[in-house]
Amino acid sequence: MARKVETSKKYSPKLGKKELNLLTRLSNALSVSGDEQEVREIVYEELKKFKDSMHTDAMGNVLVRREGTGNDRVRVMIAAHMDEVGMMLTKEDGDGLFEFVVIGGVDPRQLVGKPVIVGRSHIPGVIGAKAIHLTTKEEREQVLKVSSLRIDVGLGGSKLVEIGDRATFATSLAVLGPSLRGKALDDRLGVFNLIQLLKNAPENVDLLAAFTVQEELGLRGAKVAAYHFNPEIGIAMDSTPANDMPHFDGEVNPTHNTKLDGGPAIYLMDGATIGDRRLVKWLTETADAEKIPWQYRQPGRGGTDAGAIHKSRAGIPSVSVSVPQRYLHSPAGLVRIDDELNTLKLMHAALSRLDRSILNPQENK
Amino acid sequence: MTFELLPFLKSMLSVAGLSGYETPIRDVITPVWQELSDRTWVSSHGSLHAVRYGNGAEPRPKVMIAAHMDAIGLMVTGIEDGFLRITQVGGVDPRILPGQMVLVHGSNSGEIIELPGMVVMPPAHLLPKDGKGGTLPQKYLLVDTGLRAGEVDALIRVGDVISFATEPRELSGDTISGHTLDNRASVAATTVALDLLSRRKHLWDVIAVATAQEEVGGIGAMGSSFDIMPDFAIVIDVTFANGPGGGGVGVFDMGKTVPLTWGSCDHPALYNAMKATADEYEISVTRDFAPSGSGTDAYDVQVAQAGIPVVELGIPLRYMHTPVEVVSIKDIKRAGRLMAEFICDLPLDFMNSVRWE
Repeated sequence: MARKVETSKKYSPKLGKKELNLLTRLSNALSVSGDEQEVREIVYEELKKFKDSMHTDAMGNVLVRREGTGNDRVRVMIAAHMDEVGMMLTKEDGDGLFEFVVIGGVDPRQLVGKPVIVGRSHIPGVIGAKAIHLTTKEEREQVLKVSSLRIDVGLGGSKLVEIGDRATFATSLAVLGPSLRGKALDDRLGVFNLIQLLKNAPENVDLLAAFTVQEELGLRGAKVAAYHFNPEIGIAMDSTPANDMPHFDGEVNPTHNTKLDGGPAIYLMDGATIGDRRLVKWLTETADAEKIPWQYRQPGRGGTDAGAIHKSRAGIPSVSVSVPQRYLHSPAGLVRIDDELNTLKLMHAALSRLDRSILNPQENK
Repeated sequence: MTFELLPFLKSMLSVAGLSGYETPIRDVITPVWQELSDRTWVSSHGSLHAVRYGNGAEPRPKVMIAAHMDAIGLMVTGIEDGFLRITQVGGVDPRILPGQMVLVHGSNSGEIIELPGMVVMPPAHLLPKDGKGGTLPQKYLLVDTGLRAGEVDALIRVGDVISFATEPRELSGDTISGHTLDNRASVAATTVALDLLSRRKHLWDVIAVATAQEEVGGIGAMGSSFDIMPDFAIVIDVTFANGPGGGGVGVFDMGKTVPLTWGSCDHPALYNAMKATADEYEISVTRDFAPSGSGTDAYDVQVAQAGIPVVELGIPLRYMHTPVEVVSIKDIKRAGRLMAEFICDLPLDFMNSVRWE
């Protein structure tokens, strides 16, 4: 039997100076899968008031338990991954030039001619390309292989750069009219949103926040985080491609996955998870009730931390909610500020009205 | 105002100035050259001219230093649902474009506004067969400004230029990276020379020229040579440095030497005189070969009017025509000093020695 739920006071997220500053630090941080320390530090700094209920686990996940005060609180795990795709320096060629490999799904075509940062000190470097004057037409039709590219930190190299260091694109977050352009918005927007949810957590739930590692290498952090928390519900907050671009021939583009300005993307099915029907309904009904625009992510491939969470222990009903984003895993992604804020608003509203009754198996239809 | 090389170079690397649209870069160079010269003016094609009168009796001979200031870049060819289709201005390898940060020079009520954006690749399913997986031809690339379609239509038009937005960054070993070091590194070297000359005696008139439209074929240099009518010209442009993807004829280590060009555009007597100056002042120079003509302003300066003798210097540069070109600051200073020493030592009758034997 459903019972009336006390909803907490309205939460209207905004992107003011303070929030933009945090998002900028998160986006600009170098936090490649396997070395998430920089984002971990920002999370700890932002969540000082939770210091007695947070810890870093064996893999490097930051796990925060924020208990509510209401009765019969549902234990909800929300995961947002701290890692990003990037590179690792593997061999010094002399004279400040380094061979490197990519970590996670980076299209080699995105690397050529880009500024990068290397290591914890963000040492500047560049990935150059042969001068066009020295190339043949045939050469220019070949994709430059990663093995032929070098990270160049300047003549003689730097004492602060060595093989094994991670590297990423040297992109600074920028506001472009109604949009944000920045690197690693997959999934620093999720990290940002999870920090905001913790700071404004409704009292009717126990919020089990997992800032996960190694999502880009196969959802590995979320797997152990879900085991630790043993939640009743799992939610991954991530970012998903918006392929809402024109077809080369002017044809209609029916396979956009999501569209910018369409609102938070709710997952029915991706390559890793069938979104739990009850949770999908809970989210869409919340969005409709709160007049928050939303869209289904077109069913298809890909995956989020939900893919690991829903298989944890005896099985955990899970769903994903993403901010639609163009150009993931490139030097910069692009999102609409409205979509980002509506995602946060939807999550807060949904948690505020969450009641264990939605998990009734009869509702799973 | 004392001239400081690094801040000046960085300010040049922070502005646009595509071929034919040089105003932003000319506006950065003009106040610095005004301080270091007696008079400046702008040519009909937009090249900046700055003359330092010599100490010799009139009529004095004239030497021109030409360094092009224009930049390669992109131009809007179409607007589709808020996305821009593009073509290139000057030679751009389309392989460097995906993910590149740019500035679109749109307009709002007649005022030019710079709109940040980036070059993007549509996903494979939106492309024809030849765009899948391999190198993406430029015709399929788009620019996204983050603005909604209505705003794009209001602010951007076909023909608006798009410049690279990569910020200049100092790298290790006294090197610097940025877009348009080709050829603003040489404008910087020319300014180093003007600065040295401003504190020295020189008999000859010196006319420094920041040329327009070199990347589309020496257009600015042609007109400037005609206008100035120098007795001879020094042309300075970047050349290929050793590094990843380097290789081929005329490749130099960065930070070691001034490439001195030897080929059909370069008068051997001037080459020998410049080489002698370098030897005298213990400035390392290395012969750069351009047997069938240089791909620089020298090609057009040489055939201006009744013909102008040319000597040509280089600055070794990595990753030419990418937005992450790299040069050594030492090389800029060294080239600037060599030009200044050479000019200071020019006797009034120097041209008598510029002869075919």
